[in-house]
Amino acid sequence: MLEIQNLSKTFNKSTVNEKKVFKGFSLDVKKGDFITIIGSNGAGKSSLLNIISGSIKEDQGYLKLNDKTINKLPEYKRTKHISRVFQDPSLGTSPSMTILENLSMAYNKGKKFGLTMGVSKKNKEYFIKILSKLSLGLEGQLNTKVGLLSGGQRQALSLIMATMSNPELLLLDEHTAALDPKTSKIIVDLTKSIVKEKKITTLMVTHNLNQAINVGNRILMFHQGEIVIDIKGKEKKSLNIDKLMDYFEKIQSKDLLSDRLLFQ
Amino acid sequence: MVDFWISILEQGLIFGVMVLGVYITYKILDFPDLSVDGSFPLGAAITAQSLSLGINPFIALFLSFLVGMVSGAITGFLHVKYKITNLLSGILVMIGLYSVNLRIMGKANMPLFNKTTIFSNNIKPIFIIVIITFIMKLLLDLFLKTKFGFLVKATGDNPKLVTSLGINIGITKIAALMISNGLVALSGSMMAQYQRFSDVGMGRGIIVMGLASIIFGQSIFKGTSFILPTTMALFGSLLYKTSTAFALKLGFPPTDLKLITSVIVIIALAINNKKFSFKGKKLFNIGGGRRVRNSESV
Ligand SMILES: Nc1ncnc2c1ncn2[C@@H]1O[C@H](COP(=O)(O)OP(=O)(O)OP(=O)(O)O)[C@@H](O)[C@H]1O
Ligand SMILES: [Mg+2]
Repeated sequence: MLEIQNLSKTFNKSTVNEKKVFKGFSLDVKKGDFITIIGSNGAGKSSLLNIISGSIKEDQGYLKLNDKTINKLPEYKRTKHISRVFQDPSLGTSPSMTILENLSMAYNKGKKFGLTMGVSKKNKEYFIKILSKLSLGLEGQLNTKVGLLSGGQRQALSLIMATMSNPELLLLDEHTAALDPKTSKIIVDLTKSIVKEKKITTLMVTHNLNQAINVGNRILMFHQGEIVIDIKGKEKKSLNIDKLMDYFEKIQSKDLLSDRLLFQ
Repeated sequence: MVDFWISILEQGLIFGVMVLGVYITYKILDFPDLSVDGSFPLGAAITAQSLSLGINPFIALFLSFLVGMVSGAITGFLHVKYKITNLLSGILVMIGLYSVNLRIMGKANMPLFNKTTIFSNNIKPIFIIVIITFIMKLLLDLFLKTKFGFLVKATGDNPKLVTSLGINIGITKIAALMISNGLVALSGSMMAQYQRFSDVGMGRGIIVMGLASIIFGQSIFKGTSFILPTTMALFGSLLYKTSTAFALKLGFPPTDLKLITSVIVIIALAINNKKFSFKGKKLFNIGGGRRVRNSESV
């Protein structure tokens, strides 16, 4: 579904700040995969999602989505197939606009944004139905400005908006990291149910090992721009923190554990 | 005294059209567009030349609007295509327009005393001004409720969201700048016809007057959520005109007005920035999810 071959990326080339993030990186994602990605700070997780979505340009390598090369597609065209949710809840919505206006924009994705009215009354019920499922009380606040909502409410809204138009690929970059543990769980559960219902291929970056182990069908661990652990299928199902630790130990020589990892 | 108030109303509403334009860029788009100092006299220059060619004054209004749109498109193009900062794009166009305006008029100022203007009829000028200004305001309000208008609002609020909707933010930025500068040039055209002359220097400080009006408008309606921002902008323009008229009455020479305006804006911004941090400059930078900026270099 998504094929990345021989990817290379260096930031600030030939300056003192030169930073080689990827050197010949490859990854093959199957349709329907739900992959969780862990790894230390600076390992290249966000960079990979940025390259896939087109907000950062790679130096070399092929990106193929459904067998079509997407290297040359600008970011705003890739969003036709790829949706994202970021760590910062304010990046997924327009804070000075109301919930209704935000949802109406997301609903119109892929269609023409012309000079017809932005809010259509007949979609209201549909939006209320979706929001009621969240049990966050948003269904009664359609005319509230999104900037007034809590981080968790906004992130739930971001997730709904990002998936409303049934994208083929969903990229989540620590999308629960700015939330408290309880809200974080609500958002992860929401993520799981949406991904399952809409059958969206998903990459989810997280620093929460439990999340990474319990969610999805494949787990990747990044270190210095390389995949050092790749567990899928049955093995992934029976994975627990202890087993993951064993894996760590085997590759300890690369001093993986020196970095921030959250155990919860 | 009645004349005094009517002339404030007239000038305030003519400038109000300009303030609507500045409101689009400064407030909605978060793009401080300095080129309005050039597009205001551009509208006046186009109008002066059109009127002396005997073109219908209402068509001159329309032409000014169109040419203003072109000017806005150029500012936007410089910013979007060549990644020149928004401030510098505006300044470059503003400077360039000075020469363009001189070329259009052929000289530094053009009197229009014996030309037919939109005011050459039996209707009181104030009515004509009120009608034009309100039509522009209503059209803008309508536009901001359309799907495309939503995109323009979201572009200023969160460009990432617009990209994620599959829309090139370059397009929404350029479109918003076009509408904004169209309105500013239209205001310049109305002003030239009202005062019956066009001067190449009549745009100096327009951006600051626009800002002052927007700030005035916001402060009188503070805390009310049911008044449209475009209404606030128009009232702000009237209040601004009133305060400068009183400054003149108090005996300040007209040449001091620009300084007074600047000081007003500085005080308002200083008070505002103490209370809440500036729109768009959020102090977020947690761990990953770094925002990639590719349009913020000079
Ligand atoms: N736009 C950029 N310009 C320069 N360097 C960058 C840029 N983006 C990322 N980097 C560098 O690339 C490396 C990988 O960063 P990246 O954000 O991908 O890490 P990450 O795995 O997401 O880390 P974290 O867990 O902290 O989010 C880091 O050393 C970072 O400093
Ligand atoms: Mg990251």
